[in-house]
Amino acid sequence: MLTRMSSLENPYGDDKVYDACGVFGMMDVTGDRFGGQDVVTGLVNMTERGNGLGSGYAVYGCYPEHADCYAFHVMYTDVESRPQVETRLKGDFVMVHAEEVPHNPTPELHDAPVIWRYFLQVDAAHPLVSLLGELEYVVSRVMEINTSGIGAYIYSSGKNMGSFKGVGFPQQIADYFGVAEYEGYIWTAHNRFPTNTPGWWGGAHPFGLLDWTVVHNGEISSYGANRRFLEMQGYHCTMTTDTEVMAYAADYLMRRHSLPVEVAVKVLAAPLWDDIERMPPDERALYRALRQVYGGLLMTGPFTIILARHGEMIGLTDRLRLRPIIAASKGSRLYVSSEEAAVRLVSPELDRLWSPVGGEPVIGRLGVPLRLPAAPVVRQRAPVAIA
Amino acid sequence: MMNAQPTTTATTLQIDAAGLHYRQLNAQLREAVNGQGIEHIAITNVYGQRYIGTDLHRTVEIHIHGTPGNDLASFMDGPRIIVHGNAQDACGNTMNDGEVIIHGRAGDVTGHSMRGGTIWVRDDVGYRVGIHMKAYQDRRPTIVIGGTAQHFLGEYMAGGVLLVLGLTLGPGERHAASFIGTGMHGGVIYVRGELVDHQLGKGVGQMALDEEDERLVAALVTGYAARFGYDAAEVLDGPFFKLMPLSLRPYGRLYAY
Repeated sequence: MLTRMSSLENPYGDDKVYDACGVFGMMDVTGDRFGGQDVVTGLVNMTERGNGLGSGYAVYGCYPEHADCYAFHVMYTDVESRPQVETRLKGDFVMVHAEEVPHNPTPELHDAPVIWRYFLQVDAAHPLVSLLGELEYVVSRVMEINTSGIGAYIYSSGKNMGSFKGVGFPQQIADYFGVAEYEGYIWTAHNRFPTNTPGWWGGAHPFGLLDWTVVHNGEISSYGANRRFLEMQGYHCTMTTDTEVMAYAADYLMRRHSLPVEVAVKVLAAPLWDDIERMPPDERALYRALRQVYGGLLMTGPFTIILARHGEMIGLTDRLRLRPIIAASKGSRLYVSSEEAAVRLVSPELDRLWSPVGGEPVIGRLGVPLRLPAAPVVRQRAPVAIA
Repeated sequence: MMNAQPTTTATTLQIDAAGLHYRQLNAQLREAVNGQGIEHIAITNVYGQRYIGTDLHRTVEIHIHGTPGNDLASFMDGPRIIVHGNAQDACGNTMNDGEVIIHGRAGDVTGHSMRGGTIWVRDDVGYRVGIHMKAYQDRRPTIVIGGTAQHFLGEYMAGGVLLVLGLTLGPGERHAASFIGTGMHGGVIYVRGELVDHQLGKGVGQMALDEEDERLVAALVTGYAARFGYDAAEVLDGPFFKLMPLSLRPYGRLYAY
């Protein structure tokens, strides 16, 4: 394990940092919940990929005692706004429980905002709920507070799941929130090396809306076009970083438009026109239609992402695979990682390890046995000669 | 985790890399090789430590047990590295001389900007392998891939040799890579198996092997078979063809007219 974070600081003072983001995800497709230590171990092993300006973890199945409540994690960059937000939440929802998110004081972390979590139920009799539908209503409340400019950001809003993120190295953020003590059946994690946008607590990954979360290595060059498309659909970008559009695009395509994952990923990472031309007629018509209808959600530029919602974890790269991805399985566990070594450290023995091609998703589904690539062909005639 | 001190047996220096940061591990290697002239090293519990083999300027054989990190053997100039496991991304980045033998797969951009020496990969490789390889005078970097490659093999290749044997493909299965040799303007890619034209980058053509090619392929296949325990004659049964750039300066008219 690479744990000596102090040695990662640039000793030459030449302002150069050689990094890239790191992503790590684990799912047990039987729904078996497991503690966060393995995902922390995997992410910390890729500490080298980040520079201390952001890390985070998302976990599904972590609040069984409030499984029927929307769990809002709210970051207060202005603590004065808390009473105002709570008044609004109490007006918009039935507040079942409220508490500060437990954390361990860590002197090395700076600018930590106050973070609270609220377990909320929707009042079906609320007129807006019957007008918009429950999920759309929740989205509208999140967007309203996040765009209100009062220094409060709801960065996690699904049921029985939560994101824990901030500005620090993977081990620091894990220690700060006590991530290892939570349990869930899907975990995703991120180690950040910000390139174009500020390293602030809200800008750390995962990004989320309802129970969708995304962690991302890369840059979404099409951010401007994607953001404009999503704004027309009522999504507002407030976290000042490109990855946010990916979470909203996932919500738009797969919740609002009910596209299956296999189709939605072909919007985000569309096949090239040359490839579409070589497809059989039915398929060609489908892919042409997807590119025409959802052209504003084509994500260009390099990316590896891990998307998750209850019941599904999806690994995906851009169609030219300009960022690394490794998938692996052991029993009912699926792993997606930037680097193989992180997976091996968590699970030295694996059933399969493969490297999905660009635009081809790796999908873990609750209750569905993993679909694995064919077993490797071995044609060796003699024992391995160790030179 | 306690970091064990290196122990030297009569012939082999053993290093337990568990918990070692790459800077600590590589400092130990520099001291052993450049300082003490040790010629045989075995490293165990390797989990992602980067740059192993960089900055060692003597003849040494290093066995790596585990999964070495990115940029294995980057800028390497002479050592021989044997990986008992898989290599991650950018193995052999700008490597100048020496040999890397991988008993497994290798990741993306293997042999990136490689200048000399040989990388032997038993199984498959990732994207953009051999990107920007370059040959100069007696330096001819070579990558032998026992399995198949993912897309953009030999991208911007300027020199050197890539050989893809396809031994991990199932019966009737073909190489799936596209954009092979995109931007290629030097060197040669030998392929065992079949490709169709749309898998090739613009400006790259398929050709039959001539006698000199056949001698080179036979030598490389023999070397591969010896390292990994294959029957060379069976592999040499082919079919082989080669990919070459159709122009040495495909964009000459764009930039210098």
